[in-house]
Amino acid sequence: MKRYSAFAVAREALRYHTGWGRAWAAPTPNRRYDVVIVGAGGHGLATAYYLGKNFGITNVAILEKGWLGGGNTGRNTTIIRSNYLQDPSAAIYEKARALYENMSQDLNYNVMFSPRGVIMLAQTEHEVRGYRRTAHANALQGVATEFISPERVKEIVPIISIDGPRYPVLGGLWQARGGTARHDAVAWGYARACSDMGMHVIQQCEVTGVRSEGGKVTGVDTSKGPIDCDKLGVVVAGHSGVLAEMAGFRLPIESVALQALVSEPIKPCMDVVVMANTVHGYMSQSDKGEMVIGGGADGYNNYTQRGSFHHIEETVRALVETFPMISRLKMLRQWGGIVDMTGDRSPILSKTPLEGCFINCGWGTGGFKAIPGSGWGMAELMAKGHSPLTEAFSLDRFKEGRFIDESVAAGVAH
Amino acid sequence: MLILRCPYCGVDADETELAPGGEAHLKRFGPGSGDDDFHDYLFTRENPRGVHFERWRHAHGCGKWFHAARATDTLQVFGTYPAQTSEPPKEVLALIRAARPGWSWREFA
Ligand SMILES: Cc1cc2nc3c(=O)[nH]c(=O)nc-3n(C[C@H](O)[C@H](O)[C@H](O)COP(=O)(O)OP(=O)(O)OC[C@H]3O[C@@H](n4cnc5c(N)ncnc54)[C@H](O)[C@@H]3O)c2cc1C
Ligand SMILES: [Zn+2]
Repeated sequence: MKRYSAFAVAREALRYHTGWGRAWAAPTPNRRYDVVIVGAGGHGLATAYYLGKNFGITNVAILEKGWLGGGNTGRNTTIIRSNYLQDPSAAIYEKARALYENMSQDLNYNVMFSPRGVIMLAQTEHEVRGYRRTAHANALQGVATEFISPERVKEIVPIISIDGPRYPVLGGLWQARGGTARHDAVAWGYARACSDMGMHVIQQCEVTGVRSEGGKVTGVDTSKGPIDCDKLGVVVAGHSGVLAEMAGFRLPIESVALQALVSEPIKPCMDVVVMANTVHGYMSQSDKGEMVIGGGADGYNNYTQRGSFHHIEETVRALVETFPMISRLKMLRQWGGIVDMTGDRSPILSKTPLEGCFINCGWGTGGFKAIPGSGWGMAELMAKGHSPLTEAFSLDRFKEGRFIDESVAAGVAH
Repeated sequence: MLILRCPYCGVDADETELAPGGEAHLKRFGPGSGDDDFHDYLFTRENPRGVHFERWRHAHGCGKWFHAARATDTLQVFGTYPAQTSEPPKEVLALIRAARPGWSWREFA
């Protein structure tokens, strides 16, 4: 792999950019790998990357039915934060946030991590109490957050209206080292690093069946033929139920549509991420100047990547109230992704009833921020059979009543 | 916009008039049942990429719960029916089989 650097840019400038190689290979699949990962979203790619980097396991294929990062990884609003309530969540999300800080250097790929700060607005008394509690929990967990006053919110976000008639801003939970990153670059950076270790990232290769013998996984059927493996990692977000059915078990997951939209580009007006969970609106400004907006998820099962228009309307209505200056903005694009929701709004990283088959799913509306931490833990789980990061997130927590309840803490989590 | 006909009041209701209620025809397991049955009843869901039987409430209308048969991969609606039943009516199943030859699901196959 040719390393990217300022020197490389200068060198290529002098020879008309003829020397840039492919970022990753496009191999034809082998008949067998030690590990097969299904799904080349951020979580699948990060799992493969840390299998190689931390455990030296590189005979790995990552199979993707569409294109790299074409699932939720390339569809999200890129908010990164780790101000969760429960200890197991804080551990994995803070691990991820910390890994984001050095990801560009680690991968030699600019993922444009921007720790610009994230504010979650408290707009009801209930939220004030909830976020104060989260701030205290975060202090104990070693996650740097603070509860700030409405005046401080206004200072950080001059375009906000803090005394709206219905939901005035009563304060906010502020994480100064939260922020955003370029979502496609995260997928591309990991893919390039995996390919460099000799792993096979295979696009347009749909897994259509899971093979097993005597309760143990032996391989998968794909649109490019059968592939054998010792271990299988299922990391397909909204399609987890479909893969689980192939592998012969069922999940506590529902797949629903979540949408986002961006405005026309405007001059810089807001240099932090603002989340208004009561009214379901989230906004940040991209480097191109577009306002990037997300809202609430639909309430019914859906695999079409098309959401309901009234949720967009609800979100935009709330944001216009909160940020009056955006009322004349034109919206450029809108899209949807299929998110995998669990009852306690926490993910599942676990062994499954099929031996050798592991699953990483349930990140729902908020897994972009978790990609490196999730991959780190999942790789350890697959290599060693257990990981302190993933232990609490096992599939049997529902049966055992060990919920990791983030639904009350976050309302909706992005 | 998703539109479902309420089987009680006959109104073609827009999605904004309705509240979704998740998978229908769950078999209830209560006290005295085994852990696995209780777990499946509470948490495990079919979540198919295909035909889904589900509960809806005509929240901003007559207020009653009803059932719908709908495809999650195309958003096609096969029909709606009253909630006082433990399985989908024959007509709805026939419509689904006509649209999807070879379709089968759980005990309604
Ligand atoms: C609109 C929207 C906004 C969001 N905003 C945020 C946010 O601000 N912050 C945040 O942290 N999170 C956010 N999220 C959530 C986040 O995007 C996801 O949790 C995360 O990207 C999931 O990554 P993944 O790798 O698990 O899944 P994906 O990126 O969806 O990857 C799964 C891959 O599996 C592939 N696949 C599926 N079936 C098969 C098969 N049979 N064979 C082969 N491949 C298959 C898919 O094609 C897909 O590429 C948002 C999500 C959406 C939709
Ligand atoms: Zn009605």
